[in-house]
Amino acid sequence: MIPIFDYILLIFLIVAAVISLKVKDLLSASMVFGIYSFLICLLWAEMGAVDVAFTEAAVGAGVSAVFLIATVYNTKRRSSD
Amino acid sequence: MREFLEQSIQPYFNYWVYVILMMIGLWATIAKNNLIKKLIGMSIFQTAIILFYVSVGVKKDSKIPIIPHQVEEHHAAEDGNHAGGHGEHGAKRVTEKHVIEPDKFANPLPHVLMLTAIVVGVSTLGVALAVVQMLFKEFGTLEEDEILAQIKTADSASLDV
Repeated sequence: MIPIFDYILLIFLIVAAVISLKVKDLLSASMVFGIYSFLICLLWAEMGAVDVAFTEAAVGAGVSAVFLIATVYNTKRRSSD
Repeated sequence: MREFLEQSIQPYFNYWVYVILMMIGLWATIAKNNLIKKLIGMSIFQTAIILFYVSVGVKKDSKIPIIPHQVEEHHAAEDGNHAGGHGEHGAKRVTEKHVIEPDKFANPLPHVLMLTAIVVGVSTLGVALAVVQMLFKEFGTLEEDEILAQIKTADSASLDV
């Protein structure tokens, strides 16, 4: 565990979470959520949980981003909040 | 202030961020109006809980939980068997190499539990997004208040008849 890297990743994580909830375009929200997932994957590799990290990279970042984009494609792109 | 920073925040920074992320997720799940935003908040909540569990398993200066030098151990055992007179020496080397210091590895038990949690979280998200698409086909909108208003007018219309 590397402390400085840890702090930077955790702060970026909070920023990415807030941006993905605040942005009004749902496609942008899905993409920023993908960025959030890759950041937390990097955090787990750094904390020594490599198995969790590659599961998150494949399943969390890959599949859930695809699900979200498919739903936005089939429905509306604008959000009121 | 400095004392508080050094004693309470710096050693437990992972836990502070875990609580902040969990509260962001809870706020989005309750207060957001758009259904997809609610689901993104739910996913953030889940990853926050996984962050807590993985943080529990981390030790200071710990490495990934894989035991190295497996091949060398095997070689040392073979040498001991073949060398005859030096057999005792070889066996001693093997026992020395078998010592594993748990302090140097992160605890792998929470990692294994959280693998299941990630997969379950993604399948929950998939089912929820399928339900959102069905709701969009039915009502033509993703906003919660508009859906509730449509349900209300439909209910009052059926009561009037």
